Amino acid sequence: MQDEMVSLVTFTIDDREVSAFAGMTILDAATAAGIDIPHLCSDPRLAPTGACRLCVVEIEGERGVQTSCTRQVQPGMVVRAHTEKTFALRKSTLEMLLSEHRVACTTCDMDGGCLLQDYSYQYQASETALPNIALPCDQDNYSAGDKAIVYDASKCVRCQLCVRFCSEIQMAEALTLRGRGGDVEVTTGFDIELNESTCELCGGCVNICPTGAMYDRQAMGMGRPNDLVKVRTTCSYCGVGCQMDLNVNPKLDRIVRVTSEVGVVPNDGNLCVKGKYAFDFVHSPDRLTSPLIRENGELREASWDEAIQAAAKGLVAARDEYGPEGVAFLSSARCTNEENYLMQKLARMAGRTNNVDQCATTCHAPTVAGLAAAFGSGAMTNSIAEIEDVQTIFLIGGNPTEAHPIVGLGMKKALRKGARLIVADPRVTWLAARADIHIKHRPGTDNILINAIMNHIITNGLHNEGFVRERVENYEAFRENISSQTVEEAAEVCNVDADLIRKAAEWYAEGTPSSIFYTLGITEHTCGTENVQNLANLAMLCGQIGKESSGVNPIRGQNNVQGACDMGAMAKMLPGYQKWADDTVRSKFEEAWGGVLPSNPGGTVTDFIEKAGEGVLKALYCFGEDPVRSEPNTTKVLKELGQLDFLVCQDIFMSETAKLADVILPAACFAEKDGTFTNTERRVQRVRKAVSPPGEARADWQILCDISEAMGYPMTYEHPKEIWEELSSLAPNLAGISYERLEAEGGLQWPCPTPDHPGTKFLHGNVFTRGKGLFHEITFREAAELPDDEYPMILSTGRTLYNYNVGNMTRPTLAVEAKQPENFVEIHEKDAARLGIKHGDKVRVETRRGMITAAAHVATKVRPGALWMPFHYEESSTNYLTNDAFDNITRTAEYKVCAAKVEPAP
Amino acid sequence: MNTQVMTKVADPEELAALQTRLQEEGVGGGSRIGVCATGCRAMGAQALAQEFRDQLAVQGLDDDVSVVETGCHGQCARAPLVLVEPQGYLYGKLKAGDVADVIEKTIRNGEPVERLCEKVDGVAVPAMADIPFYKAQRKEVFRDCGKVDPKHIEDAIVRGTYQAVAKALTEMTPEEVISEVTDSGLRGRGGAGFPAGVKWNICRNVAGDEKFLVCNADEGDPGAFMDRALLEGVPHQVLEGMIIAAYAIGASRAFVYVRAEYPIAVEHATMAIEQARALGLLGQDILGSGFDLDIEVRMGAGAFICGEETALIASLEGQRGMPRPRPPYPAQAGYLGKPTTINNVETLSNVGSIILGGEGSYSAIGTEGSKGTKVFALAGKVVNTGLVEVPMGATLREIVFDVGGGVQGGLPFKAAQMGGPSGGCLPSEYLDLPLDYDSVKQTGAIMGSGGLIVMDEETCMVDIARFFTEFVKDESCGKCSPCRIGTRHMFDILQRITDGEGQAGDIDRLVELGEFVKEGSLCGLGQTAANPTLSTIRYFRDEYEAHINDGACPARACKQLIKVWIDPNKCVGCRVCLDVCPTEAIAGGKKLIHVIDQDLCTQCAECYEVCPPKLDAIVKLTGKEASDFESLPAPVLYTEWRQKVGAAAGQPGEAEGQ
Repeated sequence: MQDEMVSLVTFTIDDREVSAFAGMTILDAATAAGIDIPHLCSDPRLAPTGACRLCVVEIEGERGVQTSCTRQVQPGMVVRAHTEKTFALRKSTLEMLLSEHRVACTTCDMDGGCLLQDYSYQYQASETALPNIALPCDQDNYSAGDKAIVYDASKCVRCQLCVRFCSEIQMAEALTLRGRGGDVEVTTGFDIELNESTCELCGGCVNICPTGAMYDRQAMGMGRPNDLVKVRTTCSYCGVGCQMDLNVNPKLDRIVRVTSEVGVVPNDGNLCVKGKYAFDFVHSPDRLTSPLIRENGELREASWDEAIQAAAKGLVAARDEYGPEGVAFLSSARCTNEENYLMQKLARMAGRTNNVDQCATTCHAPTVAGLAAAFGSGAMTNSIAEIEDVQTIFLIGGNPTEAHPIVGLGMKKALRKGARLIVADPRVTWLAARADIHIKHRPGTDNILINAIMNHIITNGLHNEGFVRERVENYEAFRENISSQTVEEAAEVCNVDADLIRKAAEWYAEGTPSSIFYTLGITEHTCGTENVQNLANLAMLCGQIGKESSGVNPIRGQNNVQGACDMGAMAKMLPGYQKWADDTVRSKFEEAWGGVLPSNPGGTVTDFIEKAGEGVLKALYCFGEDPVRSEPNTTKVLKELGQLDFLVCQDIFMSETAKLADVILPAACFAEKDGTFTNTERRVQRVRKAVSPPGEARADWQILCDISEAMGYPMTYEHPKEIWEELSSLAPNLAGISYERLEAEGGLQWPCPTPDHPGTKFLHGNVFTRGKGLFHEITFREAAELPDDEYPMILSTGRTLYNYNVGNMTRPTLAVEAKQPENFVEIHEKDAARLGIKHGDKVRVETRRGMITAAAHVATKVRPGALWMPFHYEESSTNYLTNDAFDNITRTAEYKVCAAKVEPAP
Repeated sequence: MNTQVMTKVADPEELAALQTRLQEEGVGGGSRIGVCATGCRAMGAQALAQEFRDQLAVQGLDDDVSVVETGCHGQCARAPLVLVEPQGYLYGKLKAGDVADVIEKTIRNGEPVERLCEKVDGVAVPAMADIPFYKAQRKEVFRDCGKVDPKHIEDAIVRGTYQAVAKALTEMTPEEVISEVTDSGLRGRGGAGFPAGVKWNICRNVAGDEKFLVCNADEGDPGAFMDRALLEGVPHQVLEGMIIAAYAIGASRAFVYVRAEYPIAVEHATMAIEQARALGLLGQDILGSGFDLDIEVRMGAGAFICGEETALIASLEGQRGMPRPRPPYPAQAGYLGKPTTINNVETLSNVGSIILGGEGSYSAIGTEGSKGTKVFALAGKVVNTGLVEVPMGATLREIVFDVGGGVQGGLPFKAAQMGGPSGGCLPSEYLDLPLDYDSVKQTGAIMGSGGLIVMDEETCMVDIARFFTEFVKDESCGKCSPCRIGTRHMFDILQRITDGEGQAGDIDRLVELGEFVKEGSLCGLGQTAANPTLSTIRYFRDEYEAHINDGACPARACKQLIKVWIDPNKCVGCRVCLDVCPTEAIAGGKKLIHVIDQDLCTQCAECYEVCPPKLDAIVKLTGKEASDFESLPAPVLYTEWRQKVGAAAGQPGEAEGQ
């Protein structure tokens, strides 16, 4: 609909008639028409600035020349891009630029990829036309000590792309300019070290630099653009699914650096610190390189054959002796769709059990369950690209600028476009600090807050009656349930200003359009599913769903947690969210797979651990997961897993869980294999092999096939493509997606039922997946463990920008370690003062389950009485503290609330 | 000062009544000693004012005579200046010791203190109105500057300031105001000369929920200080223009963007805004018209580029002051992306009288295409440096000779640099050109903000180009390549030429670079940065050629190209030069002909300056003469030398021991 509103303009350029969208610049329109105009300071993501003056054109009826990057096309405009005059001016400008550039192409890392070099060649500009006045190259600057980014002013063409990117897109405002005239150079405010600045290490400055002035420090000398091969793949960190190019030096069989191309979906060339820099783990000497078998309590290297046989033997023994509840398979949201598909197939056909799960249970299972109950589908309703056009953002229990930085960029863009931002979060996150309304509520009180918001909306008649009447059921019971839920009471319980709740309710209801975003602040509670259902209630009540830029948007935590769920790597569902209890489904799969499907109910990862402790579960095949580190109450997890008869771990590192294993299988990481990931917006995207796995490590899908075969259920595939073909033929919502289409079109969003279907941008357009939406009656209840005299504070845990989950992939990167070297606990300055704790002090954090030491980060980021910790540090593992209390529906743990105390470390 | 607590004036009648009341109270009249406490502050004016107050108090005259710290009187060459009213005597170069005389003779007896007066042909001219410097001017914008106390709004009101606001806001529609200003022919005094009314009209007609007016007081041209003087001396006149302009375009917020290096302007503007607000001339419903406006002062950090409109907007927004591409023009997307009009201080200072006097009286002054008066900051080798205001169309000769009193030291006039670093040089052939926007532009210079630097035969035009190019090179914001890099290369070449290292082809290179910078640059700074170079090449190409081809600086100004030599036939060994030489390069003694050791000499020419004119023994040599000259090997008695060379050498002077 919006597309129709964009009008077309016809104008002439170099005697060619060209059509462009109104508002387009001459440069963009020319580029789109295949007319190349040189430019160094322009980027489609940034506001035009007209600095380099290379893109000058002549416009009929106007004096002199105009910069095509700053001028919008007008109907009938006659533009001449390539004339004697523009040629001469460009050549002169290039000679100017060469004169202030240290022309050091022989040793420059960007030789062959430098735009100044390319244009100078094209225009035959001479580096000796003018005396060279480049700034000295041996001067220390703000980047001198940085592990990631290096800036060389002597190669800088002062296009300011880096500075503009840093402030306009990343909004980090770390880079600025200093000096005037020819002394202008890029620096940080007051020239402080980059690492001490507000730099978020997104590397956008490096990626956007047209010359070699900004470069990746670790990549220096590792290969020039012509030496490197770019392999397009999907990032393996969070659920955003950024498209990036692994720059591989084939001679070294090594990833040298990571870049991304402007225009790719969903990240448009933008990356975060993890995507850009945290790839050192791929080549880490700590990678597992050989299969290991435990013998007499010690691990020893073994051949693949030996290890496969040992693993299969242990699993088969448990299966045969204890039945479907004696064996379990933990699949991996870190691995590809194809591998998850194989794992659940292996579990069901070779393991003969529905005991298969993956880490969705740890994070977004309440989303899948809650949204499926309300809408019929558990996925994010809208696309990442729609975020920038949301008018009222309601972000609750989410910190996208750190946990999902590219989604964060979308929200930043929305803010720049004038969106109103409501944040409900106990913590002052980046977005909360910039929100129009920040409801800094007590952790665990989301439901009473949402109920009060809805009560206020109904009381004031702000709900969308038509939508409710036509598209949702169970309204009366729902309304009755919250009719007595006053804003005042909620304000009291949440400990926030009642007016903020009212205002938030009004803004959300009236937003045009409004959209809800949340992550684990909503799900990781004992009432996680109810929280999700209540957010669905809110969206349906206001009709803020089923349209462009409006819906309920959980942002998935792991790169392929969406895919792992889609693939049926969970007890209740087969691929494509088809229920095995359904006879039609059942027979379809039994026919395809050539066997009988199990019918035990199966459990979740939390069940597996509990059942192991109880002696019911005997053998576990753990693949690409580290439950010892990621599950709550580590002491208990260790004890319970210790009860297993047999544990197989398949991983890229010797994880804490692997240390308990009987057989360890070394796997290839994402850069070493082919396949697909599905991102948080349901977009299936390719993963491509860039380098060889280390040592004897192999792709997971190959290992899974071998294990299956050894267990008596052969699976044979030449390539993951074949696996995809099989699974997409069985999952109707993926049926239209093929490797050929992914190659040709990039990612595709399911539902995509047929080969000619374009994919689905947003869900529930005219009808909910389940037909009518369903209102749930949600009653507020407190978290499982509340503060008391002994443990007077509330501890929440979460993810930071620089590190990822258990940290073994991010921490090998020097720049990451330099930025965030140790575990920390955020504490309010009032509490810190009371306890005699200063910023940076080592403190002891203790709960009923354990105690660890971390550095105190004293500020006002958390509420008084609250603590917040990441969980990335093996040496100070926060999950020793967290509470193993679970959501009553999905068994997701309450990582966000437990009672704790803190004191200075002795 | 008879300052009362004033209540808000609710409508034009109350404003008129207030003016009448103040007149009746004698505000602004009576016996007054007006000490310029702005520009003259640097010459001790404030201490001088205090001295007047102290002595008046001692003599019991403090109730009858008021001492007022005023704005600039204009004739800065005679700073500090004091205007004594009602006599109208303008005294210059006062010292504390002169105060008693002024009180005794002028205050008590009404007689002038002749030694403090301007002299014309040796005769004292006490009355300001009779001084040629003032007689040759036409003060319109500056009519009240130096007369009113800028810190008291009463002084402004009593003289009728804000009457134009009353008229515009209550008797005229914004459209009528715009058409009045358009018809008056007022053009922007910031430099480009864009018609002010047209500018307002564009902004008025752009759709927008919020519009802004900015008074551009980021005066940065070297030597120009008329905007500073107006803000310091008649801030209410500026505010008056701003209120009318804001009303015309439909702005309810306005800014005075002034550089932090102008602390007095900042202080006076801030004070004036507070006073106007207290009186209801700013704020809600001004004079009952329903029009709301508030003004705030924003300080710039002193980057020359911030005078450029789009850079100024960036700075106002808290960004680094760098120009933005146009379109969109500030009238379409300015401050915070909203329609914004930016007018220069002098432009706005004209508005009040245009509204009051009607279109006819304003446009009666000036030329066909340029109406009204123009203020020039007269500097350089001219007798009366200072601020002068003349009708558009006045000739350079009138300004330099009639107002300016001619070239210092009586040397021939060579050229005038107009328009600051963006301007160009007008040679003597243009002395009789009537100056207005269009005629000046045709010469390759620009009117600019009104900087006018007079140069005599001892000014090297290559060096002038070098000086201004250095300025723009340093003040280039560094954003666009042609300006940032091109000005640097131009400067390097000019520096080389003035260092005596010019090369064949340098002039062509300069022209080529200059044209490139002009054509390729983003903003006005870059687009005009080459003007000083191009215009001096145009009019004084021979000087460039002399530098490059002959190693000669015809003006004998470029140190690397001159030798300072003592003519043995003229030197009498008076030791005056010997004493001032900072490097002790001059050997000699009493009655010994002095000799300059060329190895030690730095060509500072201090000796040249002090050599008694009747001897005129020190000569600056350049080119061939500099390489060929012969110096005495050692000092000799001048009498012996005279005998040796004979009477042909001329008569020895009698300057011994002077």
